[in-house]
Amino acid sequence: MSAPEWLVSLPAPYGVLESVQRRGRQYLASLGLPDFAEESWRLCDLARLEALLKLPVSSQQTDVHDYGQDKWPRPQSESLRVVLDPFRDPLESISLPNGITPLTSEELEQTLGHTLDVCECNATWPIAINHACAMNVLALKVDGSDLPPLELVINARPSELSATRVVLVLEENARLDLLQVVLGSRHSAHSHLLEIHLGQEASLNHGWVALGGGDASLMAHLAVEQETRSNYELTSVQQGWLFGRLEPRLVQVNGQAKTVLRGLQIASKSEQLATHSFVRFDGPEGDLDQLQKAVASDSSHSIFNGAIDVPRAAQRTNAAQLSRNLLLSGRARIDTKPELQIVADDVRCAHGATVSQLQQDELFYMRSRGISSDRSMKLLLQGYCQEIIKCLPINGERWTLLDQLVSV
Amino acid sequence: MISKDTKLILDISDLHASVEDQPILQGVNLRVHSGEIHALMGRNGCGKSTLAKILAGHPSYKVTSGQVLFCGQDLLAMEPEERARLGVFLGFQYPIEIPGVSNLEFLRVATNARRQCRGEEELDLFDFEDFVIDRLKIVQMDPAFLERSVNEGFSGGEKKRNEILQMALLEPIVSILDETDSGLDIDALRVVASGVKQLANPDNATLLITHYQRLLNEITPHFVHVMAAGRILRTGGPELALKLEQAGYDWLDDPSLDQEGE
Repeated sequence: MSAPEWLVSLPAPYGVLESVQRRGRQYLASLGLPDFAEESWRLCDLARLEALLKLPVSSQQTDVHDYGQDKWPRPQSESLRVVLDPFRDPLESISLPNGITPLTSEELEQTLGHTLDVCECNATWPIAINHACAMNVLALKVDGSDLPPLELVINARPSELSATRVVLVLEENARLDLLQVVLGSRHSAHSHLLEIHLGQEASLNHGWVALGGGDASLMAHLAVEQETRSNYELTSVQQGWLFGRLEPRLVQVNGQAKTVLRGLQIASKSEQLATHSFVRFDGPEGDLDQLQKAVASDSSHSIFNGAIDVPRAAQRTNAAQLSRNLLLSGRARIDTKPELQIVADDVRCAHGATVSQLQQDELFYMRSRGISSDRSMKLLLQGYCQEIIKCLPINGERWTLLDQLVSV
Repeated sequence: MISKDTKLILDISDLHASVEDQPILQGVNLRVHSGEIHALMGRNGCGKSTLAKILAGHPSYKVTSGQVLFCGQDLLAMEPEERARLGVFLGFQYPIEIPGVSNLEFLRVATNARRQCRGEEELDLFDFEDFVIDRLKIVQMDPAFLERSVNEGFSGGEKKRNEILQMALLEPIVSILDETDSGLDIDALRVVASGVKQLANPDNATLLITHYQRLLNEITPHFVHVMAAGRILRTGGPELALKLEQAGYDWLDDPSLDQEGE
């Protein structure tokens, strides 16, 4: 099915996002598939992208909402768990704590799409897909610093293309721990779009755990704008998607903010997992610390593209990006690329990338203590992943049991 | 320590080995019995560490001829982990740092692999913690090191203590300690040496690879061997180490002494 045919099959636009749906569909109708000459799509598996458009878009409420919940780890006692579903009000049976409130209609109108504009990503393919399909939006305002951690769980529907959208506004000095979990299922495809606005001195510790399954697909775009002296930490883990694409896109609107990005993607079988990050400093004295890790085994393909934009206004920016990759099979492939655009002349921007295999001296050391080769490899891989996983907020490790995450 | 009922633990015969086609060992012969402590000395590059790594099964070294029997079994036919489980322990000269792998978990998995091989029950986390806390006393090590990644950020002395701790947990039949004294200050050397002495018993054996008499002042070996050019040139008692300390290795190059000590 081509993009225009697929668009015809969508349910008629309606609801709070009606105008957004129309805009997204118009965009897709004119664009079709992404331009594969573009750097960010060059390595993408076109056939898998097209396969997304063969799935029917979720159009009605089903019992799938409850699917698999009995296997989920219990929420921590003090945390708030919200389950996102395209057709239910996620807050219908939730009592929000003081300090977290839904945006009013007026606030939503002012806020929706604002961060996408700031990040200059309104007219991109993954966002257009979300615009075209998402029927609902969870929009929350966070004010205060003594708030319970928030867990947002998305359970993708089997054999459907579903879309969810979230807007999060952290007011000045607000502090929040947020863990987002996306679970794939058989033949599922999911699109997620998140906009975050961090006010001055606000702080968000954001975990992203995306666990696919079978031949599930995921496209997620996280757009973040940071005011001065705000602090944003993203720890992302993705595994098990036949086609997985994560796009964190951040702008420090006046500089003087701190951003930490940690990513881990574990690709096996014939999966293609990609992270395309973009960070722009629109003011001076911004800080970025980025560590992206990947493990690729079997005949999988891992892609990382890390763009950092330091225009003239961003003097005294301090940015560091490191991409570390483990290639565990001769048939697997890793593409990793730093992309630094630096115009300001008084900056520190360090970057590095390594692709290696498991360290033989470490393996021998473990084997010389009686630990089998397989177990040694597993322990080493777990150790490699642990550096990222341990940083997940709200004890996010519960969702990514290391034994399941790393199979040798 | 040596009793009449000693058992031949390690029997190395005419061992030749190379690394990257470069011959290193050129006919090593050595027999180690239970209850014995041997010291292996020699100039840098003479093959001491190569011998240690070959005994532990390091894949970078190729045995070109010769035989090693461990308690009567063909050691060279075994994988490194099989050797360790059966009771061969190599104390590394430069213990490897393994970021992200908890020292406690590493020690527990290794201990259980050895226990399983000995037909003993594996220890769960709680029982193992009791066991390891008890063994920490042997090397006077802070339990906080158990919570860290294997050897990561450890000082030189702490790494060596961690090696002896592993020896204490694994209770090997033969321990090959490759320059365990290097990089240790006087106090740490005493602690490590004390640990080695506490672990030596009539049923096991120790092969100390060292350059210095200072370790042998703490642990008196029954035999001292001197290696040169890939083989053991001389064997004697503790006095041989003292002679080397006084005269240096040049003394070995004196052809008139060829008959001495053989």
